[in-house]
Amino acid sequence: MIRIGDAPRVRRLLIGAALALTALFLLLPLVAIFAQALMSGIDVYWQNLSSVYTLSAIGLTLLVAAITVPVNLVFGVFLAWLVTRFDFPGRRLLQTLIDIPFAVSPVVAGLVYLLLYGRNGWLGGWLDAHDIQIMFAWPGIVLVTLFVTCPFVARELIPLMQTQGSREEEAAVTLGASGWTIFRRVTLPNIRHALLYGVILTNARAVGEFGAVSVVAGAIRGQTNTLPLQVEQLYQDYNTVGAFTSASLLALLALLTLAAKAALEWRAARRETAT
Amino acid sequence: MSIRISQIDKRYGRTRALEPIDLDIHDGELIGLLGPSGSGKTTLLRIVAGLEQADGGSIHFGDRDVTRVHVRDRRIGFVFQHYALFRHMTVFDNVAFGLTAMPRARRPSSGEIRGRVMQLLEMVRLQDFAQRFPAQLSGGQQQRVSLARALALQPDVLLLDEPFGALDAKVRQELRRWLRHLHEELHFTSLFVTHDQEEALELSDRVVVMSNGRVEQIATPDTLYRQPANQFVFEFLGDVNRLEGDVEDEVLTCGDARVAVPGVENGRQELLLRPHEIWLGEQPDARAHLPVSVTAVVPVGAEVRLELEADWLGEPWLATIGHAEFERLDVKRGKRLFAQPSRLHRFDTPRPQTLAPLATS
Repeated sequence: MIRIGDAPRVRRLLIGAALALTALFLLLPLVAIFAQALMSGIDVYWQNLSSVYTLSAIGLTLLVAAITVPVNLVFGVFLAWLVTRFDFPGRRLLQTLIDIPFAVSPVVAGLVYLLLYGRNGWLGGWLDAHDIQIMFAWPGIVLVTLFVTCPFVARELIPLMQTQGSREEEAAVTLGASGWTIFRRVTLPNIRHALLYGVILTNARAVGEFGAVSVVAGAIRGQTNTLPLQVEQLYQDYNTVGAFTSASLLALLALLTLAAKAALEWRAARRETAT
Repeated sequence: MSIRISQIDKRYGRTRALEPIDLDIHDGELIGLLGPSGSGKTTLLRIVAGLEQADGGSIHFGDRDVTRVHVRDRRIGFVFQHYALFRHMTVFDNVAFGLTAMPRARRPSSGEIRGRVMQLLEMVRLQDFAQRFPAQLSGGQQQRVSLARALALQPDVLLLDEPFGALDAKVRQELRRWLRHLHEELHFTSLFVTHDQEEALELSDRVVVMSNGRVEQIATPDTLYRQPANQFVFEFLGDVNRLEGDVEDEVLTCGDARVAVPGVENGRQELLLRPHEIWLGEQPDARAHLPVSVTAVVPVGAEVRLELEADWLGEPWLATIGHAEFERLDVKRGKRLFAQPSRLHRFDTPRPQTLAPLATS
């Protein structure tokens, strides 16, 4: 079989170019982060890492992810199920609405939430009267992060569930299975890879979101700083090592997520070949 | 279990998918729903299954009114056109699904399930494939798994949607015969959808012919073929040749062709005939003068299919003759022959009419 670019020289050139670009654009920055963070030695790195502010930022970032990911997992599955398995008026509109967080700049999203929930906002007065603080506190950060990340799971699932169709589920229901049994034993196993991928994307974005969060967080050190905000703040303070220390944490989180995904996929593949 | 369908109708928006339909299926009967795509046959099947809701009418299984009963409680077995096997489960787990999905209180023990599933797999001759995944099976094997899965819960009725539609001709033939045997053995009441007339005629005790959401005829395969209720049924059940011309004094003329049509009134008439209702000879006779020339010769199994053309014909005729006849006439492409219709069918009269021009004189 002859393919385009099959000549050995062309092939070497193409592979070489791909590897070079990957190294330049992906690998090098990653190395740079750690190099910068460790510039002044491991002690300084450790000092920066264990500062109260950094620890608080880590805590807040993990809290946001811990709430956002499960909520959007459930929401995304529910939405994808609704859009692909039922026909109802407004279905197309709903499918378009899902994409709003993709289309809107995160900063705008942050501003909208500020407008709604801020002290002078539409709902702000009522909230203030009941002594509930959402803006400039962690609930606000969680809310905007939820908004920004809500399409990820659904967007991964919808095309897949559309191509798979509902025949297997129909088969299951003719065999007397309850809705929950069908979901657990038929739907979920078929979508688990896409679901996993959606969760990873959601997690990455939840941990790394800057724009929307920066609007509603108010950047109170040790209270409403997430890791990305912390990076930016330290950098503005000319604390390069500190900024890169926090950045290295974010990079580490990303690597961990990817490793977890690879491990899960590897395990799933092994289980399938074993049976 | 008998099935009684009364006044079932269905609309999708403004299009009418089913006119009110009545159909009685006796206990143990095997019924084929036959029709072109868009005729509503699959919709009707899915309504009987409960996968689709009718707009009006009722469905009874025996004495049980199931019109408002959910699919999962109707006790049906459903076989899908593309099998719809659970792709991530083994053959064994697929067949066991209905049993393992039961609420714990009614669920048989795992030993019993094991026994039942293996028995079913033996029945569909797939006991050695229990640990395979659907993707590792051929189409015919997958459809057998699907059938075993549908029968696992001993359903009151078995519904099949184009069960053999996606298989090649030989496997289809095999599976048909096998389903027929299975049905004779187990005697489940069964309703299946097909667009293949041969399949419907071979398998069914009775065939329901549908078009445009209406039932055109319900009859045994034999009656259906010999006494079609209307032109649609006649044309749908086999190849059809058309003869159009002006009738005067019981003779139909069309260009230089003419044929005696006893009992047909004067005027423009359309008559139909099947490929095997054409006889061919080297000479015309008093009753028919239909000159044709052979444009294609295709030997298919026990018969030879000929394509016939003539100036007086709008579209070519298809004729089938036996090999003996074929050799006697020494048929070749381009050979000129004379056709004689042994039968002619009319459907523009209030009742369908069949003429036998050769027998009358």
